[in-house]
Amino acid sequence: MEKKGRFGQFGGQYVPETLMPVLKEVEEAYLAAQKDPEFQAELNRLYSEYADRPSRLYYAEKMTMDLGGAKIYLKREDLNHTGSHKINNVLGQVLLAKKMGKTRVIAETGAGQHGVATATAAALMGLECEIFMGKIDTDRQALNVYRMELLGAKVHAVTSGTQVLKDAVNEAMREWAGRMDDTLYVLGSVMGPHPFPTIVRDFQKIIGKEIKEQLKEKEGRLPDAVIACVGGGSNAMGSFYEFVGDKEVQLIGCEAAGEGADTPRNAATIANGRLGVFHGMKSLFCQNKYGQIDEVYSISAGLDYPGIGPEHAMLHDTGRAQYVPITDVEAVEAFEYLSRTEGIIPAVESAHAIAYARKLAPTMGKDKIIVVTVSGRGDKDVAAIARYRGVQIYE
Amino acid sequence: MSRIKKAFENGKAFIPFLTGGDPDIGITEKLIFEMEANGADLIEIGVPFSDPIAEGVVIQAADERALSGGVTTDDLFAMVKRVREKTQIPLVFMTYYNPVFSYGNEKFLANCKDCGIDGIIIPDLPFEESDEIRGTCKEYGIDLINMIAPTSEERIERIAKSAEGFLYCVSSLGVTGVRETITTNVTAMIEKVRSYSDIPCAIGFGISNPKQAKEMAAVSDGVIVGSAIVRIIAEHGKESAGPVGEYVKSMKEAANS
Repeated sequence: MEKKGRFGQFGGQYVPETLMPVLKEVEEAYLAAQKDPEFQAELNRLYSEYADRPSRLYYAEKMTMDLGGAKIYLKREDLNHTGSHKINNVLGQVLLAKKMGKTRVIAETGAGQHGVATATAAALMGLECEIFMGKIDTDRQALNVYRMELLGAKVHAVTSGTQVLKDAVNEAMREWAGRMDDTLYVLGSVMGPHPFPTIVRDFQKIIGKEIKEQLKEKEGRLPDAVIACVGGGSNAMGSFYEFVGDKEVQLIGCEAAGEGADTPRNAATIANGRLGVFHGMKSLFCQNKYGQIDEVYSISAGLDYPGIGPEHAMLHDTGRAQYVPITDVEAVEAFEYLSRTEGIIPAVESAHAIAYARKLAPTMGKDKIIVVTVSGRGDKDVAAIARYRGVQIYE
Repeated sequence: MSRIKKAFENGKAFIPFLTGGDPDIGITEKLIFEMEANGADLIEIGVPFSDPIAEGVVIQAADERALSGGVTTDDLFAMVKRVREKTQIPLVFMTYYNPVFSYGNEKFLANCKDCGIDGIIIPDLPFEESDEIRGTCKEYGIDLINMIAPTSEERIERIAKSAEGFLYCVSSLGVTGVRETITTNVTAMIEKVRSYSDIPCAIGFGISNPKQAKEMAAVSDGVIVGSAIVRIIAEHGKESAGPVGEYVKSMKEAANS
């Protein structure tokens, strides 16, 4: 039997029968869009004129000097319109929705970045938009809820289950199963059933493609390591994909270890997960011995997910990429460090990647080059980090 | 002959669902006998899952109650084993793929056989992915119950031809839960199945009252009711045997009226 969307043993299409035909419809529309020069031209125009691509590859000189080892470049996805890499994917998917004749998009969101990006693209392209967000996340990211509403989206606070990102995905899938004629589910990461892990990766691979070109221009060579944070894994997959065939480039994903990968409060899927099937895909998941999905924790609402995209699971399995756990403490210190050292306030998600660069760079020679993807900007996190440091700030 | 076939030998089948361990395993056990005594032909026992994406709010809440009460897959195997000593009613598990896969497909199905489960329904394991468990199901004599939905259209042929036990016909788009009206043309769906297979067809999703049971039974071989029963259990808790029994009786009668 035909097995679709496999990355080694991972991936697949584990969804209720009701959704199988619409997945096929999305796949066919996507394959057609890939070959459609008009679609590609429109997407490239939006990337350039609306999202402000290409994003900069910035030489972090002070950070490099301070760490005293490898030369560090930052891929500035934080400078994109809406403040993160999420815009790359949603412009592609919402444009696809429009080509498919859909008039409405739905999406899940954790921290709110994907929700804001989807609401933005829907406003731009004139589609109705509804966002599903866990009740706990709507409370802790109230500003982003208002932002989505400002952009014309309706935000549903999800009160089922643990009321966080995974529950928002559940609810978006339920909603889609009830209404797919006029609606596309714009998945936010390289996860879910086929074709989403492929579609999202393809719309994000521009990050790595640009890194390669920009570094070639600046240094005339490939980087020695590319580092990115991983929740579902879209900015990491986007950063890595172009380099998968360049075996000399080390690919490193940084996952959220919360209070520690060996404590009960973490979201380190590669470190602690095991093979399972959830949210439409076979991959690694944090789960108990009976296959009940764990409640996971990270200071970062964007990395607070109990699974990981299937292509990452494969890159881990084959050893092509490494995945390292980064704790809340390390991420917060990196958040503050990059702010002070380079004048760049990164998203707390991206701070996980910065944290590992701080460990790795001093162990490498000055002739080596590390590229760190700054997936988003940290404005959204300032109040939470202040609270973490005991300073009460009201947004 | 498998026990599941017998479910369709007593007029139109009435198939109630309940979540195993809601509100506790003892009540589930009691309710199974109560359902049988009141005319149930086959009983679906839900193995609770933390993230049941095909369920509406009523069954989601039941899964949460069962899991927070500490029930495990092993508890359900043990319960079914006790029940099976006293009854031959067909029993099927309804769950999601992760509780099966994570437990180990082989071990899960071996335990199903050992405790006397006759079939398994896995809503997030569509036909295309089902071959990774189908062979093992056959090996242990457990029917893997296929599902068709209002969107299935040309997919019905393949699904119907490989169906075992009975075919679960999903009446509506969306998730499980009580619906005022069922708008899908289920008659056309089932006629399409009939052109490929003589497998018994039972309709589920959204059915809650005797009028709907009668209408759906008229065009199929049986009706499946979940949320309406789980709602009675949620309301009456440990005292739900009486009301559940009465409800099952009324629905079995309506389906055959």
